[in-house]
Amino acid sequence: MKELVTLRVNGDAHEAAVPSHFTLLETLRYVLGLTGSKQGCDKGDCGACTVWLDGVPTLSCIAPVWEAAGRDVVTVEGLAGLRTPPGVPHPLQDAFDACGAAQCGFCTPGMLMSGVALLEENPAPSRAEIKEALSGNLCRCTGYTKILDAVELAAARLRGEAVPEEMEEARR
Amino acid sequence: MRPHAEEKGPVHAEPPENQPEVSSPNVTLVEEVPSPRDGGGVPVHPGADADPGAELNVVGRRMRKTDGLEKSTGRARYTDDIVLPGMLHGKILRSPHPHARILSIDVSDALALPGVFGVVTGDEMPIPYGIIPWTPDEQALCTDRVRYVGDAVAAVAAADEDTANRALERIRVEYEPLPAILDPEFALTDEAARTPVHEPKKPGWNGNVSKIVKLEFGEVEPGFAASDVVVEGEYFFEGTTHTPIEPHCAIGQWEEGGTARGRLTVWSSTQVPHYLHRELAKVLELDPARVRVIQPHVGGGFGGKSEPFDLEFCVARLAMKTGRPVKILYTREEVFLAHRGRHPFQMKYRVGATADGKLKAVDAKTLLDGGAYSSFGLVTTYYSGQLLAAPYEIPAYRFNSTRVFTNKPACGPKRGHGSVQPRFAFEVSLDKLAERLGMDPIELRRRNFMGSYRRTVNEMRVTSNGFLQCLDSVERASGWKEKFRKMGFGRGVGVAGSCYISGTNYPIYPNRMPQSAVQLQVDRSGRVAVFSGASDIGQGSTSLVAYIVCEELGVPLDYVRVLPSDTDFTPVDLGSYSSRVTFMLGNACVDAARRLKAQVQEAVGEEWGIPARRVLLAGGQAMDAADTGRNLPIREAFNLAEAKHGTLGSVGWYNTPKDVHGEYRGGTIGASPAYSFTAHVAEVEVDPESGFVEVKTIWVAHDCGRAINPTIVEGQMEGSAYMGFAEALMEEHVFKDADHGRAGLHNAPSLLEYRIPTSVDTPELHSLIVESIDPEGPYGAKEAGEGPLHPSIPAIANAIYDAVGVRMDSLPFSPPRVWRALQAQAADTEARVAAD
Repeated sequence: MKELVTLRVNGDAHEAAVPSHFTLLETLRYVLGLTGSKQGCDKGDCGACTVWLDGVPTLSCIAPVWEAAGRDVVTVEGLAGLRTPPGVPHPLQDAFDACGAAQCGFCTPGMLMSGVALLEENPAPSRAEIKEALSGNLCRCTGYTKILDAVELAAARLRGEAVPEEMEEARR
Repeated sequence: MRPHAEEKGPVHAEPPENQPEVSSPNVTLVEEVPSPRDGGGVPVHPGADADPGAELNVVGRRMRKTDGLEKSTGRARYTDDIVLPGMLHGKILRSPHPHARILSIDVSDALALPGVFGVVTGDEMPIPYGIIPWTPDEQALCTDRVRYVGDAVAAVAAADEDTANRALERIRVEYEPLPAILDPEFALTDEAARTPVHEPKKPGWNGNVSKIVKLEFGEVEPGFAASDVVVEGEYFFEGTTHTPIEPHCAIGQWEEGGTARGRLTVWSSTQVPHYLHRELAKVLELDPARVRVIQPHVGGGFGGKSEPFDLEFCVARLAMKTGRPVKILYTREEVFLAHRGRHPFQMKYRVGATADGKLKAVDAKTLLDGGAYSSFGLVTTYYSGQLLAAPYEIPAYRFNSTRVFTNKPACGPKRGHGSVQPRFAFEVSLDKLAERLGMDPIELRRRNFMGSYRRTVNEMRVTSNGFLQCLDSVERASGWKEKFRKMGFGRGVGVAGSCYISGTNYPIYPNRMPQSAVQLQVDRSGRVAVFSGASDIGQGSTSLVAYIVCEELGVPLDYVRVLPSDTDFTPVDLGSYSSRVTFMLGNACVDAARRLKAQVQEAVGEEWGIPARRVLLAGGQAMDAADTGRNLPIREAFNLAEAKHGTLGSVGWYNTPKDVHGEYRGGTIGASPAYSFTAHVAEVEVDPESGFVEVKTIWVAHDCGRAINPTIVEGQMEGSAYMGFAEALMEEHVFKDADHGRAGLHNAPSLLEYRIPTSVDTPELHSLIVESIDPEGPYGAKEAGEGPLHPSIPAIANAIYDAVGVRMDSLPFSPPRVWRALQAQAADTEARVAAD
């Protein structure tokens, strides 16, 4: 049995017919074709499915789609253009690339949603605060080190600071 | 000295596993490099520009990955991101019993459910398979027996996932339960042999024995007799699993009619597209030329996706049956059941040394709990002993390893396959030895350094060896001398070392063909396309080949396109396992690029009237080395070459040298064209009240030969150290016994209960790259993906001893275990005080 749900995702309005028990993640991936958000566990354990609901990082694999009705959803596909001109990657997306923070890349979308949410709230987080903010997102490849580096680099760039030479080299 | 080698007992009747031993025409013996240590020598086949002083423009720089932004924008497509028109969803019915005979399967009710398009059972694809050709003991779906809770019995394809799940509930399977064998020691008893996990190969043998390897090198007992100190210990390494964040996923598509005449395509999250291609053709009885395997982006593997699984056969068969594409995505629970992770090891070690700390003899006895199937177990059993023989000089060595079957998910290769467990036991033994001798444990390790260009006691050829620099690096960076035995109760540091292979010398199935190949194709725009069957599972192999093309052909990185693995279009690379990719794929790519480069140099040289060798290709240009003011855009240089030679393209390949292993049965297993070396220092703080161990920092020094991209190498080192730390403190892949719920049931098949470290749990990780410039590696490179995991675990164990004086010989070092060890120590001290 499908029902019609109205969603606003990355600024676009959608009316989608979805089975009534669908999660927000299933709707994004399998109905709207926004496959950037990932399913790693389907139980709210790994964080790969993290999106924003009205700006708050939310586990879309355990959020019924109805919870998102009429609210603002932002996914990894919506990060470019948020603090940059349209289509230009968010500084954290660029920093992930520059620092080698994405290995297999499967946790990356969720990690970015938690990381950018932190930077929206706290432009100068300490390393401990970054760790705390990302603690709901499991990464199995990196040991987190390069991810933490990327958040620090993006924060510095968003603050308009000159970044250390080592980081600049990575960015070239 | 000829080693004394023997294998006894109920082993598989198997053909020699490493035929043929014929050297490749692509590799020529060039020189003997004398060992700086004893003037002996080993054969060396200098490869791709392993000159330490080589001027390199791209290699060694911190470049971005070719697919980095694709991943950080969500554009990268993984298998589950692919939706095909009319696609059905498949689900697999799994056994609720750890061990049972299948008496009957009735699928009629499931088929009658609206929305169900097909059901498949094992009798439709009964041909047994296995990743190791000598031990084919698995079926796509079980036909007569299930061997663990979760073994696959039937699969359905339906319009959607919900319908597929409902259909599974309507399949009626009649089982006759058999006694479950869960304990590896019990598996060896006569009682367990009466209802074995697998039928014995010969009457009278115990079918629960998967593999026995006994090898002895040098004079072991005389070595112990000549030792001043012998350390004996028993160690237990708990099983752990890979848990890539992407669950396994596969899609099957069948095309009938037209020119296709029956053609199968499978998209899979596999690490080994080539082996999957072969096994699909075999089990489905299809012409391999009509089977295509496509590997989309893979969301992590770590060894957990390096053999075929039930889902790949099921999507294929269901697609053939229904005529529609079929996708199966594992649930997280199914990922735990698929497993193939770290074997639990019970180990007994004896290590003897003289008073000056020189090792004299090592004796190891190991019982491997293999789970229900062979998987890579034949190799694991050899690796459990073979890979211990470096970086230390061990004059006499004996090991005796037995792998048994139990009614649990099959164990297989997890990052550091087969050698992480013995390394733990051995490096803790070395720490005990240093303690007994009153010697600094780093100094003890230095004294036993084997040197470079040597053969190990088991005849493995070691070339470049930067282990001493690794020890120096971690000693300096950690402030070891100010910390060891000086930090006071509750805080401490520990050290450990290790070595690992850069690929295996022999492919999994015997053949003389290259292990890796690359094709290049050049467009008139200057764009270079790379066709490579390699599997980028996150480690960066796609970027690696792009960097090499840039280095050799002088094109900018954004001129290079790498076509990911697709068996219809890319040449064979054997897969991402055994740390073979950088070494083998890298060499293949250098080979291909150099052939193309020669054509371009020749054409430009002719145009300018200078010798071809004076033409440099760098920075997007062709230049005259003697007059860099004379140059051409690289596109024009390519056009000149195309006009002279015809359409530009090249093929390159790599095959391993075949003269670097031991001349005895099993001597090829563990043989590698190069070995990497690692040393760690871990610093811990132990709370004596709770037993909680906090690892503050791990310093990781790794000899990767040459870091082709230091950022990526550091990423591998950090990821490895993290994964070792996780195994040391947190992870336990365990099963319930009859007293605690249902026997054989997975104890914690979720990412909440099977605890893996978060960003908050993970210590600070400091990577220290050591470059020994290997003579046969691409630009001197060796592996970095698995070696740096090994020392984490013993370094942490040794640090716990430095902190609180208790030996942790069993994994994991969880608070209850550490607390109990501290309690036992306190009771012991009290008793001794009372006795005094």
